[in-house]
Amino acid sequence: MTIRVQTEDFDAGAEINRMRLSRADIGAVAAFIGQVRDVNEGADVASMTLEHYPGMTEKALQNIIEQARQRWDIFDALIIHRIGKLHATDQIVLVLVSGAHRGEAFAACAFIMDYLKTEAPFWKKEQTSAGERWVEARATDDAARAHWNDE
Amino acid sequence: MIKVLYFARLKESLKYSIEDLHLPQGVNDISALKAHLASRGGAWEEMFAGPQLVRAAINHSVVADNTIINDGDEVAFFPPVTGG
Repeated sequence: MTIRVQTEDFDAGAEINRMRLSRADIGAVAAFIGQVRDVNEGADVASMTLEHYPGMTEKALQNIIEQARQRWDIFDALIIHRIGKLHATDQIVLVLVSGAHRGEAFAACAFIMDYLKTEAPFWKKEQTSAGERWVEARATDDAARAHWNDE
Repeated sequence: MIKVLYFARLKESLKYSIEDLHLPQGVNDISALKAHLASRGGAWEEMFAGPQLVRAAINHSVVADNTIINDGDEVAFFPPVTGG
């Protein structure tokens, strides 16, 4: 399990290769990259600043991976989440999951993102042409997370 | 004595990121602490008695508002998270 919270950019390809080659019984690696868009809620986004709760962030991400492990038989998981000031097309988050088969890898990857969106202590502030504003949590994120309890 | 941390919109409006606080008599849980902070008036009342959701964590775990606070705890207040 790898968890990193950092300002620096990450190399998704290099991280995928590292995980992919770490053991020979891996049949599947699922990956998700979240990146900054240049528009949100009708306004042009010039930049976005990510605040976090040092001390709780790593613990929360660890907990999310543990929850995924309890549900699916996955081999390994990685979360890299950036903080600080980012611009359009900058990468924000990388989630990788390895397993024997695609079923558990895909599911765990989606699960981890849905939980991260509702549980990980990060907060985004956008700098737009209309001024600065805090991004509001979305009802769709809560719904996505709740969906996992229906299964 | 407890440590209270404020994040994001709360930190900005209250102009406080961290404070050491002595829990007054009768303030035993998160609900009561929110009410106590709201009683400071102004931005505090807006944040803690207003319509916007304020989540709480104790010692790095999110908790419900009826959770008891113990001496030495680190309590954090923040808006719903928006990472990812």
